[in-house]
Amino acid sequence: MFKLWRTHLIDVGFETIADFFYKLAEVADRLREDGEELLFSYGPERLPERIEVPKRGTVRVKLGFPVFQKGGVCMDVTNAEQAGIAEDAGAVSVMVLDKLPYDVRKAGGVARMASVKKIQEVMEVTTIPVMAKVRIGHYMEAVVLQEIGVDMIDESEVLTPADEERHINKWLFEVPFVNGARNLGEALRRIYEGAAMIRTKGEAGTGNVAEAVKHMRSIAKDVLAVSRMPPEDRMKVARELGVPVQLVDLVARLKRLPVVNFAAGGIATPADAALMMWLGADGVFVGSGIFKSQDPMNRAEAIVLATSMWYDPETVLEAQSMISEEKSMMGIDIRKLKPEELLQVRGV
Amino acid sequence: MAITIGILAYQGGISEHEYLVKKACSELGIECRTRWVTKKEHLEGIDAIILPGGESTTIAKLASRFGVLEELRDRIAKGLPAFGTCAGAILMAKEVVDRKTKKVLENPLGVMDISIVRNYYGRQRQSFEIHLEIPAIGPKPFRAIFIRAPAITRVGEGVETLARLDGVVVVARQGRMLATTFHPELTEDTRIHRFFIERVAKLV
Repeated sequence: MFKLWRTHLIDVGFETIADFFYKLAEVADRLREDGEELLFSYGPERLPERIEVPKRGTVRVKLGFPVFQKGGVCMDVTNAEQAGIAEDAGAVSVMVLDKLPYDVRKAGGVARMASVKKIQEVMEVTTIPVMAKVRIGHYMEAVVLQEIGVDMIDESEVLTPADEERHINKWLFEVPFVNGARNLGEALRRIYEGAAMIRTKGEAGTGNVAEAVKHMRSIAKDVLAVSRMPPEDRMKVARELGVPVQLVDLVARLKRLPVVNFAAGGIATPADAALMMWLGADGVFVGSGIFKSQDPMNRAEAIVLATSMWYDPETVLEAQSMISEEKSMMGIDIRKLKPEELLQVRGV
Repeated sequence: MAITIGILAYQGGISEHEYLVKKACSELGIECRTRWVTKKEHLEGIDAIILPGGESTTIAKLASRFGVLEELRDRIAKGLPAFGTCAGAILMAKEVVDRKTKKVLENPLGVMDISIVRNYYGRQRQSFEIHLEIPAIGPKPFRAIFIRAPAITRVGEGVETLARLDGVVVVARQGRMLATTFHPELTEDTRIHRFFIERVAKLV
């Protein structure tokens, strides 16, 4: 079984993508030499011809990290014990939260980054990467997480946005970022701001995969459309999306997003995870789906299996048999949510 | 004659290796195919195996579930050439321990007489790139990308050290097995892949 859409990643290679961002920054550097310091600051720092001392936080290092998460599952956890279950089940990373998205939704109020102590506790006991969330636009929460030493920062719509109009300039950090997106425009704007990885937003904490499907399909449809457009139309698209036309051209060449793209928001069963992989995801984030179910241990293992081997019906069946539907989280019908209860509309 | 290179394909940088294998083979003028290996039967008829980077705990768990780990251990012991990068090197090592938690990885292949410390340099923030001297592949330094990389802290008898960085071994070879703790598949530089594939082609 193949993905619903074929991409050209394998004909282009990682280096072309990493190099692309340096080329973009080079143009900005030329312009900056004339004095205006504050303009054109989106982009990586230029590297020497030969790197003699270890150089951290470079584009290759930041875009490379999510490459090794591909085909895997990142699980939301709220304590060290859950992190242990996730690691034993075969998760490729864990996302530390104070409350699972489902509980964030129920609790209301302002949702902020998790407690430092909690994040450190999880980091103490796990050997796999640890991620944590910051509020959209909250530069300082991100600084704090970088200091703690988390492996990746999720600038997430699940938390209450701190800046309602801007996102963090992620080029300023050594630690890579993942951002949510509902469509090609959101994804490319986040990549231009320096995100090293994209995930669909879906509708977190609902146990309903419908929104994630909608977002993944929307991105795929637009990627396919730009890959068939003449340059004049790509220019028009770039203008409408508010990103450089070169970035749109790169997407057209690759026939996919230039960074690793996971699915998130509402994944609750192994079949959900396999569905998202078929639709073009490189891996999945599972939030409330595991630890809000009645069978977290089996379910975690089953979702790992179905994500890795989504193209093999026999294995997906085996994974799906490891869980029982009565133990799945209840789930919420998204049409019953009030417009102000939707998380996905935060940060466009 | 065409060679077939298997890539252990549960998780991680699989397509990146596939890209570089194809590039290396076309540079060498060798006809080659790649095959994703996730089940025992996929090991039939391959001339070499690549163990890509990813999370070693995840890959080991899945490979052992499908019985690939045991089968692969046998075949490598009987002379199947193997090339592991990062997590792949971890799987091949005889002893594996995590730097911070001191957790021992339970079921690696254990085919290569080296000891590995996982997350040796620390977490993602301590990941880095650097130009590395690897005399075996030529005088031009190799751009090595280390991501949450392990380190080879002990090499046994019969293991040849091909490169070091600050005292620890980063490229090692034992017979037909090659291990790097960094990711050559994230570059356009095919020299390490060519080094491996050239030797595979000679065996076929």
